This record gives sequence, structure tokens and C-alpha cells, in this order.
Amino acid sequence: MNEAVQISGVPTPGPDLQELLVMVARGDQEAFAKVYDAVSGPVLGLVRSVLRDPAQSEEVAQEVLVEVWRTAPRFQSSRGSAMNWVLTLAHHRAVDRVRSAEASAAREHKAALLDRTPAFDEVSEQVETRLEREQVRRCLRTLSELQRQSVTLAYYRGLTYREVAELLTVPLGTIKTRLRDGLIRLRDCLGVSA
Amino acid sequence: MTTADLHTLTGAYALHALPDDERREFERHLSDCEACTQEVRELSATAARLGLAVAESPPRELRERVLREITTVRQEVPSHGRPGRTGGGARTGRWTTYALAACIAAAAAFGGVAVWQNQVAQDARQEANQAQRQNEQLAQVLSAPDAKTSSGELTGGARGTVVVSQQENRAVFLASGMERPPSGKVYQIWFNDEGTMRSAGLMDPAASDDAVLLDGPVDRATGMGITVEPAGGSAEPTSDPVALMDFPTA
Repeated sequence: MNEAVQISGVPTPGPDLQELLVMVARGDQEAFAKVYDAVSGPVLGLVRSVLRDPAQSEEVAQEVLVEVWRTAPRFQSSRGSAMNWVLTLAHHRAVDRVRSAEASAAREHKAALLDRTPAFDEVSEQVETRLEREQVRRCLRTLSELQRQSVTLAYYRGLTYREVAELLTVPLGTIKTRLRDGLIRLRDCLGVSA
Repeated sequence: MTTADLHTLTGAYALHALPDDERREFERHLSDCEACTQEVRELSATAARLGLAVAESPPRELRERVLREITTVRQEVPSHGRPGRTGGGARTGRWTTYALAACIAAAAAFGGVAVWQNQVAQDARQEANQAQRQNEQLAQVLSAPDAKTSSGELTGGARGTVVVSQQENRAVFLASGMERPPSGKVYQIWFNDEGTMRSAGLMDPAASDDAVLLDGPVDRATGMGITVEPAGGSAEPTSDPVALMDFPTA
């Protein structure tokens, strides 16, 4: 599983993820197996950070990966990278699941939500992941406390900005602004361009 | 909400942190705001980096399960433009007819769902050409602000839906699962002008699912009927109707 995080500037032998996805869109199952190897680690990790429950996370990750196969013809490289596309899909699925579950069952306790540091403190140690994680962690430290909390609660916990505002007892407008300027600072620190 | 307010939602949007209604409102705003679109793109890519940072090793069985499952999952067909969306934002709240318009658009692209599913590619192409010509007018009726629909069961378990727009003064008939007419015969549609039948065109004899823009204006018609007629159609009905439907009323 060395390919697990072979994006963000690491030169890859053979077709890159974008090209592979184009092949997948034409029904190429071998190309899909390669896409799977590249994206399944981040997909599962992300889904698990939102859903927590391992069995449910695996189920949703599987749905997302099959969805990648099914909707590959929809992918447009002009709108962003393949990894970005896949992770956006995964995040949406995970958040939809957590929000629908919320409707019936009680959400994690407020204290538990605030208490826990972001999920990347708890996961396995792969070299590529560790490097990526170090960089993200370093950049998150450049954010103000409120920016960092808002961004991580929204992303890793799947909260709406209204829920974030309620949880942190901060006005709605402030949270909207912090989510934006927090991400902008993160973008600049990570050197993201799109 | 003001435009400036909307613009600050780029971050919340990129993090999928907007409730559904606000997300839809923001997406409408996005379609007219290039700067926001660019910012959303960058912030989404930034959010994806947060996702990458939590990657973990999936269990081996997951790989096997996924690779097995995809062999049974049909991929989406890439869309060739979406006529249903070109109407702009003015027609919100009419999702029923909007959805119908999308179905028709799909039928135009693929030559009818039933045919496409059977993968009779040649038929599909022929029908696509035919449907394309009617598509625009069809979509116009289906998405008219005053479009009204009524559905009913036809003989043999088929279903029919009629969509009438008084404003456009046109009607569309949508059939699904209709039996083919006997060989050498064709289904003819009639406007029911208070008991007098006025021809409204023929249905495609090859298709069991069809969408027909009725020929001519609705005017005073209160319903429609379908009869089986010799190929080419008749000047007036020569058999009892196989279906009679009243037009939807206000």
C-alpha cells in the first residue's frame, strides 16, 4: 500500500491519477484497481474521522469507492485534481451519513466533540501520511484558536457552521468568517493552488 | 442575504458545512460569481489536504469487496449537455415538470430509456434524432410555469401522463410500458373537443415508452383519447378508444 498517498508533488511512475480516472471512465477495471490503491487510504481515513464507528466507516468508504467507479465519467480535470474530487465525494457521503444518523440518535456529547483533538493524532504511521500530516499539523498551528476549532469541527466532525457556532457559543457571522479566513490561511501555508 | 454575505460562505461551502437550503442558495450565487468559484476551488483543494492527512491503511478485504462490486455496477453515461438546466433560475419551485423535462432530455439523448436499456443502439440513434427536434418544444411545455399534469392507467398496465400548459396552449403525452400496436397499425392521439375528436398526431409504433408533443393547439379541448388506426393514421377515429384521459384542471 505504498501508493496510498502518492499525490501532492511526489513524482509517480506510469499514468497519474487524472489519467487513470479517464481510463476508468471508459470502463477500465485495471485502471480502477490502481485508482483504488491510490485513494482508498485517504477515503477510509477521512470517512472514519467523521463517522468514528469502524464498521460503518468501512461500509461508507466502500460506497464512496464504488461511486468513484460509477461516476468517473463525470470527473472533469479542469475543475480540480482527481484526489480532490474523490475526497470531496467521500466527505459529502460521510457528512450526509452522520447528519442523517443524528436525526434519530443523539449526537456525541458536546464535551466529547470539543475534547478530542483532530483525528490525525490517532491514526497509523505511514511515511507519506506522516509527512502530509506533519505539514497539515504545522499549518493548523498558524491559525488562531477559533479558526482552527471551527475548521476542524466542520471538516473532521461534519458539523454545519450553525452547529459549530452553537458549540463554541460564537455568533454565526463570526463562524462563517473564521471558516473562510481559516481555510485561506491554511491554503497559503500549504501552498495549495487550483 | 446580500452578495457580500454570500461571498463569505465560500469557506463553509468548501467544508460542506452549510445546511441544504443555504447550500442551494449559495450554489445559485456561484453560477454568477467567477471569483467565488475560483475561491471555492482553492478552498476545496485545501480541505482535501485535511482529508489526506488522516489517511489510514484499509483492510485487504475492502479492496476485494470493492473490486468485486464494481464488476456488477453500470457506469454513468456522460451527459451531453442538459437541456433541463438551460432554462435558468426563473422557474424555481416547479420541480415536477422540471424533473419531467430532465427525463425528456435524457430520452432525447439516449433515444428512450427502454430502448437504451436494451442497447439497441441503432434504434436509439434514430429516435434520438427524432426526439431532438421535438425536444425543445416538449421541454417548453413541460417547464411552463402553468404546466399541470395528470396521470392514469392505460389498458394493459401501461401508464400515461398528460401535461398541459394553457399559456403555451400545447400538451404533451408521456407513455410508459405501452404494448406495441398490432402490425400495420399505429396509435393515434386525439384532442377531445367536448366529444368531437380532433387528430393530435401519431405515436412512434416502435417505442413502448414515448413522449409526444400533441399536434396543434389545445384550445377548448378538455381531454385526449388514443385509438388504434391503420398505419399513417385516420382523419377521424375508426375504432373505440384504448384510452381516454381528461386534461388536468386548475
